[in-house]
Amino acid sequence: MSTLEVKDLWVKYYTFSGIVSAVSGVSFNLRKGEMLAVVGESGSGKSTLGLALLNMVPKPGKIVKGEVLLGGVNVLKLTPEEIRKIRGSRLSMVFQDPFTTLDPLRKIVDQFEEFLLEHGFDKSKSRSIVKEYLEAVGLPERIMYSYPHQLSGGQKQRVSIAMAIALNPEVIIADEPTTALDVVVQKQIMDLIDYIKGKYGSSIILITHDLALALERADTVMVMYGGYIMEYADKKELLNNMKHPYTKALFEALPRITTRILPKSLPGYPPDLRSPPQGCIFHPRCEYATEECRLKRPEMIEVGKGHFVACHLYR
Amino acid sequence: MRELFKSNVAGKASRALLNASRIILSNKYILAGFIIVLVFVLMAILADFIAPYSPIEIVGPVLQPPSQKYLMGTDNLGRDVFSRTIYGSRVVLLTTAIAIALSGAIGTLLGLISGYIGGALDRVFSFIMDSIYAFPSLILAIALSVALGPSPINAAIAIAVVYIPTYFRMVRGQVLSIKNEPYIEIARALGIPSTRIVTRHILPHVGRTLMVVFSMNSADAILTEAALSFIGLTVQPPQPDWGFDLYKGRGFILTGYWWMMVFPGFCITLLAVGFALMSEGVSTVISGRKR
Repeated sequence: MSTLEVKDLWVKYYTFSGIVSAVSGVSFNLRKGEMLAVVGESGSGKSTLGLALLNMVPKPGKIVKGEVLLGGVNVLKLTPEEIRKIRGSRLSMVFQDPFTTLDPLRKIVDQFEEFLLEHGFDKSKSRSIVKEYLEAVGLPERIMYSYPHQLSGGQKQRVSIAMAIALNPEVIIADEPTTALDVVVQKQIMDLIDYIKGKYGSSIILITHDLALALERADTVMVMYGGYIMEYADKKELLNNMKHPYTKALFEALPRITTRILPKSLPGYPPDLRSPPQGCIFHPRCEYATEECRLKRPEMIEVGKGHFVACHLYR
Repeated sequence: MRELFKSNVAGKASRALLNASRIILSNKYILAGFIIVLVFVLMAILADFIAPYSPIEIVGPVLQPPSQKYLMGTDNLGRDVFSRTIYGSRVVLLTTAIAIALSGAIGTLLGLISGYIGGALDRVFSFIMDSIYAFPSLILAIALSVALGPSPINAAIAIAVVYIPTYFRMVRGQVLSIKNEPYIEIARALGIPSTRIVTRHILPHVGRTLMVVFSMNSADAILTEAALSFIGLTVQPPQPDWGFDLYKGRGFILTGYWWMMVFPGFCITLLAVGFALMSEGVSTVISGRKR
């Protein structure tokens, strides 16, 4: 039984200059305690996907089709009040830039407690929860009384994580949680996320542009490009048996330490999603593109156990 | 527990007071303006003790020049100009205070709602506010005041309506930029209800701007109030009122009885200058801190 099930999700932005299809027919299952990494470059729709799971796509975006089933209930069909109660308690989110995710005018403890009180805790209980979770993410108790500007980026991200895990949510969506941090802090935060996954058994969706990070930390990796899933596989399977030309290109673009092979960049630009190319969305940048790729959009095909790829090459 | 709560409130109040006094002392414009306004406020509160005579009773011969007995002379009916000027501050300050409080509260509330909800509601509100804003403020205030009938409360309402768009526009603009801040998004992602987001996460950030608009408007509102009372739209005679006394004194100034007009006029100007100085100082302090 999956914790979270996403079925054929489509999100579009209705902008003045055209309709942008940001997430196109995305489906996946998330098991309890699984860490799924959603990998893609800027504009691949990975952040929109994260927001869509909370039904929080900003205007002029709209979820046009699909289901997000959390424990069998479609989150997208709930009333605003019902979804509000789920946000933060069963589905929570950690955002990219810790420098701006906390209200600069209010103390950590006030923001944290406000969140707990809104989810039905009383004042005395919430104070002890604040202490417990700040400790769980490795922060000293005294930072409770600090203002956000008094904390470092890593500390702020820890506060965000503490808030995200405090109600023991089934799914935590982490949207580039380490991108704004330096590498040392990055490792600490990722270790913290691993630790939380182990301790609280939450499922985690890690949204990142960093394939190396995904391959190092996640259980399952989903590669997105132009709003479509390109490849979806178990981490080990993907590492040993990479199929999609885009995944391969991303992998080859990673710098190596052990060999002298230079990273290879992928020529071209991401597609303009207002007028996406016909056929496979990746074909203009794909070195294996054939006539068929130009005309027909590839279906997801299973090439190994739990290994899906959307490419005509493997039919 | 109760004790703790009390001490907390007292602590907060004293901290706020300390903060306020620090701001006042930090800038000489604010200090000068504050002293001027404070003198008038004290004058209004303590009028019963300061004024030597009743402001509405005839206390001596008509049109006496300033002397030891009548510090600012007497008017054409034999009333003491000094006492009238002191009591007159009550009307001006009260009317202006009510007007500013009303326009600030309504303008801010509408601005918050309009900015946060957006969409069609925002367009309707903005359209109404822009229509009001398009009128020359004094003419609109006079028209409203006439329509409502002459009384200090009606004058206050008229002035309030004139200044609501100023607050509305400033607050709405701020809300539009603040509501896209990531901490608002995260508050929503954590399931904080909208009303709370608006009151606890957006309103405090608007405070700084509000303070500038507030101090700017008050000098302007004083002059608008004086204009309304000049044409007799606030308190009715024989009640003392700077604007109206100014109007009455106008007929006597050419014949040399300058004191009837000069003192109330001077008070209006000085009070407006006091508020203008404060506004100048507040905006320097605030923009200086931003930089």
